[in-house]
Amino acid sequence: MNAWLRQHRQAIVDAFGKVAAQKAAAALNALVIGIALSLPAGGYALLGSLRAATAGASLEPQLSLFMRADAKRADADALGAKLKADARLRESRFVPREQALKELQATEGLADIVAALNRNPLPDAFVLRPKSTDPAALEALARDLRGLPGVAQVLVDSAWARRLGALAGTARLAIALLAALLAFGMVAITFNTIRLQILTQRAEIEISKLIGATDAFIRRPFFYLGALQGLAGGLVALAILWGSLAALNVGVADLASSYGSDFRLGFLIPGDALAVLLFSAGLGWFGAYLSVSKYLLEIEPK
Amino acid sequence: MISFSAVAKRYPGGQQALKDVTFSLEQGEFAFIAGHSGAGKSTLLKLIPAIERPSSGAVLVNGQNVGALKRAALPYLRRNLGLVFQDQKLLYDRSVFDNVMLPLAFGELNHREAGRRARAALEKVGLLARERANPVQLSGGEQQRLAIARAVVNRPAVLIADEPTANLDAASAAEILDIFASFNQVGVTVLVASHDEALIARFAKRVLRLAKGSIEA
Repeated sequence: MNAWLRQHRQAIVDAFGKVAAQKAAAALNALVIGIALSLPAGGYALLGSLRAATAGASLEPQLSLFMRADAKRADADALGAKLKADARLRESRFVPREQALKELQATEGLADIVAALNRNPLPDAFVLRPKSTDPAALEALARDLRGLPGVAQVLVDSAWARRLGALAGTARLAIALLAALLAFGMVAITFNTIRLQILTQRAEIEISKLIGATDAFIRRPFFYLGALQGLAGGLVALAILWGSLAALNVGVADLASSYGSDFRLGFLIPGDALAVLLFSAGLGWFGAYLSVSKYLLEIEPK
Repeated sequence: MISFSAVAKRYPGGQQALKDVTFSLEQGEFAFIAGHSGAGKSTLLKLIPAIERPSSGAVLVNGQNVGALKRAALPYLRRNLGLVFQDQKLLYDRSVFDNVMLPLAFGELNHREAGRRARAALEKVGLLARERANPVQLSGGEQQRLAIARAVVNRPAVLIADEPTANLDAASAAEILDIFASFNQVGVTVLVASHDEALIARFAKRVLRLAKGSIEA
């Protein structure tokens, strides 16, 4: 056990030594891997921000019910009482046409247009919050509401959230595909780097095998080297991502404040950042595994 | 300790290196394998650590048929054999000391104990003063002694050397064989391949004469 731990420690020291001996090459490798990994990691971070921004909206679907323009206020009051009694609705809020016009007037840039109108084109409306969030139940509810007297139109406002959700799902799939492709690329990069390293140590490997080193012993430092390279690539990817998001957020802050929002693109949560590091280290290890195994097979006498 | 029975070795391509080799070596014995270049000496020695496997016949080391050993078992066989290669196989990217440390890296000893063992081995071959040197700075005889130090550092029961005195002057060659003799005196079984008949004659030891792929009577 002690000897086993010591050999691992020695292998790690060896791996660091090899990196130190070829700083420039190691840095370039880490950069290549980091750039490759920063693409899917960045996509994932953007999706995360989007999800956070839309989480509240998509959970609480709304129905907008518009009265016919010729409906009387009494019709609206009657409908309001009916809606209050509907067990499927959690809340209903009446928006009289005068208030809607006022709100429109208060909207920047629209005041002149509203002033130019000689009559109020807006109908009375209700904003409804259903209890269920199930799309089918919402559709059924909307259909029933459309049948009520004086109702011109019922809009289900959750549709956009559903579309956004579908879009986000597609984007997530695209990012997963990108990540898979780049993972293959990363394994290939590590495979080659480790192979070059093996070739510079051909003599040592050959002699070690002749005098009693196990394959595991020969593999070990290369495993650590591969994992170390992957880990460095992962750190570079996180740094690139962090820097890019900081730069993007300058513009995003401007844009968001014009909408009265303090929305910012968020960095990966710590768990996801750790996952990126573990993933890249694991890929490096795997590339090294393939490379050393192939070499050991090649030098085996037939 | 080591026994060959009806061993033949044919290389891929048809070259018949050994035809029918039978002999056995007792524990603590010292023997030469004599014969011309190409007589099959190197092939015979390579069969013992299973660097090559016999085409037929059996090679037993400590009662174990090494020709039938699985790949994964070979390292443990080789750790009990001290091998001195014809081309020495030293590493020129590290010091004399680190060359001797190589076989200890995958052993059980901790670093301090391993260092002590390596220095002891260097001392036995008279190279302790050169431990910091690079092998390229050593003379031919010194390089050969370094190869021996590396072979014995794990205290193997058997020492196998392929032409250890090739390219050495007579004085250096005699020194090398004296070192082998001193290991033999403390119980190590020694098997040395050499084509140098004069040298073999000077050391009155058992001689296995290899010709045309067989041991001559």
